[in-house]
Amino acid sequence: MTNFGVLVFPGSNCDRDIAYVTRDLLGQPTRFIWHQETDLGDVDVVIVPGGFSYGDYLRCGAIARFSPIMQAVLDHAAQGKSVLGVCNGFQILTEVGLLPGALTRNRDLHFICDRTPLKLENHRSPWTNTYNQPVITLPIAHGEGRYHADPDTLKDLEDHDQILFRYCDPDGIIDESHNPNGSIGNIAGITNRQGNVLGMMPHPERAADAMLGSVDGLGLFQGLLN
Amino acid sequence: MAHFHARIYVTLRPSVLDPAGVAVCSGLHQLGYEAVESVRIGKYIEVQLTAADQGEAETQLDQMCDRLLANPVIENYCFELTELAAA
Repeated sequence: MTNFGVLVFPGSNCDRDIAYVTRDLLGQPTRFIWHQETDLGDVDVVIVPGGFSYGDYLRCGAIARFSPIMQAVLDHAAQGKSVLGVCNGFQILTEVGLLPGALTRNRDLHFICDRTPLKLENHRSPWTNTYNQPVITLPIAHGEGRYHADPDTLKDLEDHDQILFRYCDPDGIIDESHNPNGSIGNIAGITNRQGNVLGMMPHPERAADAMLGSVDGLGLFQGLLN
Repeated sequence: MAHFHARIYVTLRPSVLDPAGVAVCSGLHQLGYEAVESVRIGKYIEVQLTAADQGEAETQLDQMCDRLLANPVIENYCFELTELAAA
């Protein structure tokens, strides 16, 4: 069994969707961890869910990163254990320094709620090794998801296979016309150098139950099961 | 301890696209201000604090900006510091 821990901040709103996947669909022990806690206990995988933590005041994720639980998340990641940040969770992981770069205002200013194809750039990662197909489609829902990194950081990400997902067309072609938010290099999700921390703007938890139309996101969680 | 008032300006680094600034620029053009060449939108933050002296206040503010008020990956900051008369 894999123990999942889902962080809950004031303003998180995808926490229950994550738990529905890990507990109800995959049958794994899952508990919610309030941001004021300081101990992750026996958790194997920490998930930082989407939402609007602290109302996105100042910058998305800027205040959540100072929550008491985040030191335990940093320690957890330093031990090589898995941390997944989705949407606002990705923003929090960049703010706390577990992932490089930053998420900024979408190119066209709109909040985007859509489904978008994603090219899997690296099938060897534990996050993606259950997938055989080159392209999956996941929902996105964000106003500030335009990934930004300086040229050196971008090269570093590419040199170390840290880019897992890029926005693309349904055939896997990566170009600017299939870049919903203007992210540099069409980047939708990256890992840290070690590969145990993943941040992504698309919502795999919203594409995990066939009844809701797609199970393209389920494999990401299945890859983490012991 | 002395009381200080800080005016902090947080701006996007020049290399970072500012779509909100571009939209406002286009709005100004539509209002007839054709002379506007560019607009960049930042944040203005006021902080009141106590510190032993000007130097300590500046050190504190630098730390606050680096750690929370600005994100050094995408933003620059600067501040003006004024000592307030003793209450």
